[in-house]
Amino acid sequence: MYSQFVDTGAQGKSTGQDASEQERAFQARIDEGISIEPKDWMPEKYRKTLVRQISQHAHSEIVGMLPEGNWITRAPSLRRKLILLAKVQDEAGHGLYLYSAAETLGASRDELLDALHEGRAKYSSIFNYPTLTWADIGAIGWLVDGAAIMNQVPLCRCSYGPYARAMVRVCKEESFHQRQGYELLLEMVNGTDDQKAMAQDALNRWWWPSLMMFGPADGDSIHTQQSMAWKIKRHTNDELRQRFIDQTVPQAHYLGLEIPDPDLRWNEETGHYDIGEINWDEFWNVVNGNGPCNRERLAARRKAYEDGAWVREAAQAYADKQQQRRAAA
Amino acid sequence: MNKLEQQQFEYLLRLGDSDLILGQRLSAWLGHAPVLEEEMATGNVALDLVGQARSWLGLAGEIEGAGRDADRLAYFRDAFDYRNVLLAERPNGDYAYTIMRQFLYDAYHYPLLERLSASADERIREVAAKSLKEVQYHVRRSSEWVIRMGDGTRESHDRIQAALDDLWMYTGEMLTPDEVDQALLETGVAADLERVAGAWHERVREVTAEATLVIPDESWMQQGGKQGRHTEHLGYILAEMQFLPRAYPDARW
Amino acid sequence: MSKDWPLWEVFIRSKHGLSHKHVGSIHATDAEMAMNNARDVYTRRNEGASIWVVPSAQIVSSAPGDKEMLFDPSNDKVYRHPTFYEVPSDVENM
Repeated sequence: MYSQFVDTGAQGKSTGQDASEQERAFQARIDEGISIEPKDWMPEKYRKTLVRQISQHAHSEIVGMLPEGNWITRAPSLRRKLILLAKVQDEAGHGLYLYSAAETLGASRDELLDALHEGRAKYSSIFNYPTLTWADIGAIGWLVDGAAIMNQVPLCRCSYGPYARAMVRVCKEESFHQRQGYELLLEMVNGTDDQKAMAQDALNRWWWPSLMMFGPADGDSIHTQQSMAWKIKRHTNDELRQRFIDQTVPQAHYLGLEIPDPDLRWNEETGHYDIGEINWDEFWNVVNGNGPCNRERLAARRKAYEDGAWVREAAQAYADKQQQRRAAA
Repeated sequence: MNKLEQQQFEYLLRLGDSDLILGQRLSAWLGHAPVLEEEMATGNVALDLVGQARSWLGLAGEIEGAGRDADRLAYFRDAFDYRNVLLAERPNGDYAYTIMRQFLYDAYHYPLLERLSASADERIREVAAKSLKEVQYHVRRSSEWVIRMGDGTRESHDRIQAALDDLWMYTGEMLTPDEVDQALLETGVAADLERVAGAWHERVREVTAEATLVIPDESWMQQGGKQGRHTEHLGYILAEMQFLPRAYPDARW
Repeated sequence: MSKDWPLWEVFIRSKHGLSHKHVGSIHATDAEMAMNNARDVYTRRNEGASIWVVPSAQIVSSAPGDKEMLFDPSNDKVYRHPTFYEVPSDVENM
C-alpha cells in the first residue's frame, strides 16, 4: 500500500522458544489488544519495522502531492481549484502527522527525508505514474485514495498508539478525498464525448497501478506474517486487493466505464471478481526506480528540500539570536 | 450597466483578480515548500485568497448582470481584461521573494479590507468582513517571516533585501487612487487609498526596521495592472489557468 | 545531530467548556511560529477554540517502569467511588 514492502528483519514471525521473556510479554500485550506507547519497551525489530513502515507511508504522502499538485494551477473551475488545493494540502498534513509518529520512535524527520532523497527509502509505486489529463485527478481520488483508505482504516487499530492515532486523523480527513474524485469523474462521464474519453483513458492507465498498490501477492510477501502478529498490518495484501476490486468494479459500471481487463468476471462460486494477471514485472521495475516518473519525483523532492535549507537555517538563526538577546537583557 | 455600475464592476474585478492571481501563484508552491509546516501555511493562504476571489468575482458578475458568474469571469477573460495589481503576478522566485511579495500585499490588503468592512455597499461589507479575519492572520504571519529572514542569516538577509529591492516598484500602484477609486470613494463604496497607504507605509517601515532591511529610495513606480496593462507574466499565468475551459468550452467540470 | 527545527506538542480546546487535548506535534523555531504552525496544521476543519503549544523537550513524562508503583495503589481505594456506599433506594437526591 502506501508502505508496500516493509522489511521486518525477520522471515516468518519470531514468537517461538527463542523469544526472550520480555519479547513474550510484549507479544502477550499485543495479543490482548493493549497498545504500545513510545516509552514502553519494544523489540528493536518492532521499532525498526515501524519506523520503516510509517516513514514509507509519510514519504508516499509528500511524494503523492506532486502528481496532483501539478494540476492545481490548471483546475478547470474555482471550486475544483479550492478542492484540489485543500486535498493536496491535506496530504502534506498527513505526511506531517506520520513523520511525527515516526519521531516518537526516535527517528528524526530530516534523517528520514535523507533516506528518501538518497533513494534508500521507498514510497508507494503509484506516484511514479504521470497525471496526463484532468480526469487523472478524479481517478487518483477514486482509485488511489480508495485503495489507501482500504488499508488505512484497519491501521486505526494497529498496535502502536501514535501511529494508530495518526491514522484516525488521516482517515477522518481523507473521507472527502475519494468522494471528490468520484464526483469529478461522474461530472465528466455525463459531460461531452471528449470528457468521457478522458475519463476512460484515466481508468485505463490507473486501474492496474492501483491494484499494484496493495503490494506483492501474499506468497511473495515474506514479512506479512510477522507484521500481522505485531498488529501493524491487519490484513494480507491479497485480501485487501480483492476487497478493493469487489468494491470498485460496480462503481466503474455506474460511471459507464470499462475496466481494462478482458479477464475480469464475477465468480459465482467465490462471490468475488476474478481478474487477469497483474504485471508484476512492471511493478518491480517501478518500485526499483524505472517507473515513468521516479526520477522526476525524487528530483522535485530533493530540490524542494535543498532550496529550502537556507530558509530553515534562517529561522533557527533568528530564534537563537532572540534567545541570546533575552538572556542578555 | 450605468457609469456607476461600470465602475463598481471594475473595482470588484481589481479585488477579485488580485486575490486570484496571487492565490494562483502561491498554489504552485504546494509540494515544493521549504518545510512541511510551510506547505500547510502556504496552502491555507492560497485557499483564503482563491476563496475571496470567488466571492468578489461572483459579486462583480451580479453587478454586471450579463449572466457571467465567477468562473466565467476567471476563465474567459484575456489579460487586457484582467485588473489585478502587478505585484500579484510577480513570479514566485525563491521563498524570500514569495514571502516579501506576500507581505507587501498583505500590508495593503489588511487596511483595504478594514475600510471595505465599512463600505456603503452591504454586499461588499459582508465579503470584506469575512476576508478581514483571514488577512489579519496573513499579515501577521508574513511580517514574522520577513523579520526572521531579515534578521536570520547573512544569506537570508541578502535574499529578502534583494526581494524588497526588486518588488518595490510594484507597490505604488496599489496605493495610488485612479478615477475609479476616486469616484467610488465619493459614493462611500470604495476604500480611501490614502488612508490605506498610510497604514501600509507604517507597517512596512516597522517590519522592515525590525528585520534590519533598508527600504529602497527608488521612487519610480510601475502602473497599469488596475487598468489592464500587465507584465508579460500574466499571459502565461492565464494560459495555464484557463487552458481546460478554453480548450473544451462546452464542458462542465 | 538532527537539523530539524525543535519539536512542539500541540493541545487544542475544540469547544468552550472542554479541556485542551493533545492532538499531535509540529516543528517550529519560536513560539510565534509554533502557534501559527499548530493553527495551520491542526485547525483546518473548524476544530479549535484555543491552542496550547509546548516545547516537547519541556514535557516531563512518567516512566513506564513506574507504572505499577504510580497507578496500582489507587486500584484498591474503592471507598473513593460513590458505588462503594450503600444508600437505601428510597433516599432521594443522593
